[in-house]
Amino acid sequence: MRFEGSRDYVATPDLMLAVNAAIKLQRPLLIKGEPGTGKTMLAEQVAEALGLPLLQWHIKSTTKAQQGLYEYDAVSRLRDSQLGDDRVKDIANYIVKGVLWQAFESETPCVVLIDEIDKADIEFPNDLLRELDRMEFHVYETRKTIQARNRPIVFITSNNEKELPDAFLRRCFFHYIRFPDRDTMQRIVDVHFPDLKKDLLREALEVFFGLRDVPGLKKKPSTSELIDWLKLLVAEDIPPEALRAQDQRAVVPPLAGALLKNEQDLHLFERLVFMARNNR
Amino acid sequence: MLIDFFLHLKASKLPVSTREFLTLLEGLRDGVCGHAIDDFYFYARTCLVKDESRYDRFDQAFAAYFKGVTEIPGLEKELPEEWLRAMMKKHLSPEEKAQLEKLGWDKLMEEFRKRLEEQKGRHQGGSKWIGTGGKSPFGNGGYHPEGIRVGGESAGNRTAIKVWEKREYRNLDDSLELGTRNIKVALRRLRRFAREGAADELDLDGTIAATARNAGWLDLMMRPERHNAVKVLLFLDVGGSMDDHVKACEELFSACRAEFKHLEHFYFHNCVYESVWRDSHRRHAERIPVHDLIHKYGPDYKLIFVGDATMSPYEILHQHGSIEHMNREPGADWLRRLLDAWPAAAWLNPEPERLWPYRQSIEIINNIMAQRMYPMTLEGLERAMRQLSKKT
Repeated sequence: MRFEGSRDYVATPDLMLAVNAAIKLQRPLLIKGEPGTGKTMLAEQVAEALGLPLLQWHIKSTTKAQQGLYEYDAVSRLRDSQLGDDRVKDIANYIVKGVLWQAFESETPCVVLIDEIDKADIEFPNDLLRELDRMEFHVYETRKTIQARNRPIVFITSNNEKELPDAFLRRCFFHYIRFPDRDTMQRIVDVHFPDLKKDLLREALEVFFGLRDVPGLKKKPSTSELIDWLKLLVAEDIPPEALRAQDQRAVVPPLAGALLKNEQDLHLFERLVFMARNNR
Repeated sequence: MLIDFFLHLKASKLPVSTREFLTLLEGLRDGVCGHAIDDFYFYARTCLVKDESRYDRFDQAFAAYFKGVTEIPGLEKELPEEWLRAMMKKHLSPEEKAQLEKLGWDKLMEEFRKRLEEQKGRHQGGSKWIGTGGKSPFGNGGYHPEGIRVGGESAGNRTAIKVWEKREYRNLDDSLELGTRNIKVALRRLRRFAREGAADELDLDGTIAATARNAGWLDLMMRPERHNAVKVLLFLDVGGSMDDHVKACEELFSACRAEFKHLEHFYFHNCVYESVWRDSHRRHAERIPVHDLIHKYGPDYKLIFVGDATMSPYEILHQHGSIEHMNREPGADWLRRLLDAWPAAAWLNPEPERLWPYRQSIEIINNIMAQRMYPMTLEGLERAMRQLSKKT
């Protein structure tokens, strides 16, 4: 199994190497990077490219590690006991399997995405050490040990909101998705808009990277915002010339709201443009 | 050979473990990466480095270890004359020097000249009215390593060697200065989840689960109410002498945002007077009287000032001392009033602590704060937070 990028996803060589190392050595791969650089997309694309099922586990601040393994549905059992259902006698009927259990049980190897692990409690990663390392866990209620038939390919994304514990990091591979440079960005856009006019793209990238260089922005526009913006430009049929005027730093590019999501950023940018115009 | 490499990384203060090293070897045995050094670089980084803030340190260590292996054109060029080297030592940091070494003589001169010009500019525009002669600390700190693009964008094809030589991850390194994450770690000290008092809330989920486990016998569960006890008022100095520190302050501010449930922020300039503002763009239109704040927020709020406290002593001690308006009461009175309203307080100062004794205004404010001024480093923040969370 090798991942070579896919039709809809441009992977840089270093990212491909990290993914392939993780697949080959069966280690979880921890992915970090600026928002909008395709961390979550990666797992989806790897699953699709390798033709494997994808199981997603989206982490919230209230998520417990246990929920990824299984949950004991005590409420159903209570209801059934009131109704005199026979199922009540077997506790196994009330064990709800979590994402990891499903992955361990799967006939084929599968891809597991643990999305935004940093959202959870600070102890969350520590509670998953053994599960990710040995790929097995014990079900207390039924006194059974579940072992993975095939070790799943695990992707974990993080947005750096919390530090992850060292013990956890030692068990993972790590890759930081850098913000794409101009060439990579061109390839990414080509993938999304195969028949975009070359000159429009060139002008758009010019504006985009120029905007990222504006100092003091709260949130720099990211890849996904660029794609959205291009979508709008194409939909509105904006001619490349409209963007070129920006070379003189004198106009706000059309539909800039798609790139700058923050009112203060937009305001700052407009003021800069205004100042540039006056200086001319 | 690789054991030496491993020990070399360890010596470069990278937190690599034996386990990771064995994984690295395992991958090499299984042919995860090809034989090209680029592949090995990427693979070793994936395997051994678990934090992008250490990428830069890894790049340096890697480059140092494999220097003999790869020929990097330009490295063998000789350094210019002695005097220039001496000057460089004075003005450039070691990393920059290392970067410049790769360039030829002409480029070096050009960069250096630019650098000197920049330095001059800083001196004039900087902290004239404070009256420190010679090399201003602002000039020092104000150097923007990123500001100078030594490598240039035309560095040619992008092989991995270029990557580790370029050290693109330098500004992610967290040991250099206080980054957002450092601050977060320190600020977390402030955030005590106070599970205090008696059980005061019906735990519905717990009750249902416990009842179910009891096969239907009702079992009431209670739990203490969970709330974030920390409330913070943040007063940030903006403008003037703080311009050099604005970035650090903004990082602190953005870190605060995520950490507290109750966080109110206000801006002031140099010293707090009768009014503050919330929005820099409309600072003159929308001012908030400090008296209103004192009435609005209870004494359980913690008060944090962020400012360099660097100004003329008149601005603190005299009426009409403010450089912006006619203040009827001296700033010191207003500071004391704030401290009376919120006894738990700290002042964070981005200026290095060793410079404090030379600034009269810092001493005055520190006295008003009852010596509760702390430098804006991780260690200083720790002290400040510990002080703030003490029961008063």
